[in-house]
Amino acid sequence: MFKQIIKAALLVAAGFCACGAALAQDAPDALIRRAVDEVTAAIKADKDIQSGNRQKINGLVDTKIAPYVNFVRMTQSAVGRNWSKATPEQQAALIREFKSLLTNTYSGALSSYRPETVIEYRPLRWQAGEPEAVVRSLIKGTSAEPVQLDYYVEKIDGGWKVVDMNVAGFRLVENYKGQFSNEITNSGIDGLIKKLAALNKSNESKAKS
Amino acid sequence: MKAWSNLRHLVVALLFAAVAGGCASTNPAVDPFEGVNRAVFSFNDGLDKALVKPVATAYKAVVPEPARQCVGNVFANVNDIFVSINSLLQGKVGDAVSDACRVLVNTTVGIAGCFDVASKMGLEKHRRDFGQTLGKWGFTPGPYLVLPVLGPSNFRDGIGTGITSYLDPVWKISHVRTRNVLVTTRAVNNRADLLTAGDVLEEAALDKYSFVRDAYLQRRQNMVVEDDGKEAGKRADGSPLPLAVKGAVAPPPPVPESLWFDQANQRETLRTGLSPRDPRSAAAPASAKTSL
Repeated sequence: MFKQIIKAALLVAAGFCACGAALAQDAPDALIRRAVDEVTAAIKADKDIQSGNRQKINGLVDTKIAPYVNFVRMTQSAVGRNWSKATPEQQAALIREFKSLLTNTYSGALSSYRPETVIEYRPLRWQAGEPEAVVRSLIKGTSAEPVQLDYYVEKIDGGWKVVDMNVAGFRLVENYKGQFSNEITNSGIDGLIKKLAALNKSNESKAKS
Repeated sequence: MKAWSNLRHLVVALLFAAVAGGCASTNPAVDPFEGVNRAVFSFNDGLDKALVKPVATAYKAVVPEPARQCVGNVFANVNDIFVSINSLLQGKVGDAVSDACRVLVNTTVGIAGCFDVASKMGLEKHRRDFGQTLGKWGFTPGPYLVLPVLGPSNFRDGIGTGITSYLDPVWKISHVRTRNVLVTTRAVNNRADLLTAGDVLEEAALDKYSFVRDAYLQRRQNMVVEDDGKEAGKRADGSPLPLAVKGAVAPPPPVPESLWFDQANQRETLRTGLSPRDPRSAAAPASAKTSL
């Protein structure tokens, strides 16, 4: 009898553990927190990055951030209804160029991160079981007013990935929609690809100098 | 004043933004004066490149960060007077009191506003202005405007800026030299804060004019519909809210009446406590009062 109770208790405990682990793995904010922790730890540990070494920052973004970002989805939503008009080659080129533009922008913003910056998480916006969520955070720097930084995440094929960001009321990918559609209207999809590639090239040469 | 706030500054006020070559198609509904606006934008950019940015860069190089932070705090403290007034006008009495306390604490304990003691005491700084208040009262933004020297605005925010500068104590100083020095210092200090943001914009934008315009309009719209805790600028179905001016930043099709009370919207109602009927109700004065 006593043994059975212990056994049952153990089973229940094991059940809780398993659920806890599954939930932790499944929660959309877990991945953001992990990625942010890793990046901030890396910045704190590296004086080169703190002094603004762009090549090192780019490397950090490529290894620690990019895997958690759904660039395909981001490109699709920025290109909008013109997406279906693009050939597979054009789509691939758009994804490649937009990815490099976004990572570069993010690296630029990251280079102004200071070790004393505090990141605070606000309540997660998510209905359990739904494939979309908003992980909300506040960046508290030395400035008096904290900055809102929200990550829009989407679950595709079992993993959460970032599909947009809101920086102080400004949706990053959303903002490209207008520019992209202008460019496509004026000079077509190839024109947009060329423009993106040219911008990336000039950014690259700037980062090196 | 540094760090991640630069990220915000990318958006906040690219008063000193630069123009891009080439021309994009117009968005007549939001930006009927695009031709003139682009010209002013280009003028502002020229002024920035030739004068303001070099001065700000030199200022940043010469004046140590703590001193710049002090200067920024002093002017932010003056601005908190207007924040408090606008909190009150928006019906947020609690915030208005807290903002007034910020001014009181920072002016005294914070030595004329040099140190932001109030924030350390937990009195958070808010971001409120007359343009936003007008928006909360139901005024639509009107056409997008690029003001000479001042930069991105719209009809409504232009009126807001007018009210602010009319009441601005710095402009009221009768000793002309002191006033001019203070106004210039404030502008240069603000610009120095935006130096990194300018670089980011330079690298990120395909067409700086429309990048800055869309960012400005989107941000101002969010500042009007924000209702602490509620996610700004989103409909119940997750699509972004249209701006009050039709056609701005690609508004999605309206939610059909048949979907007003579907399950998804019901859940959203519970979550945000807002009527799913009209997501813009957050911007109406009535609901601003209920948030008291």
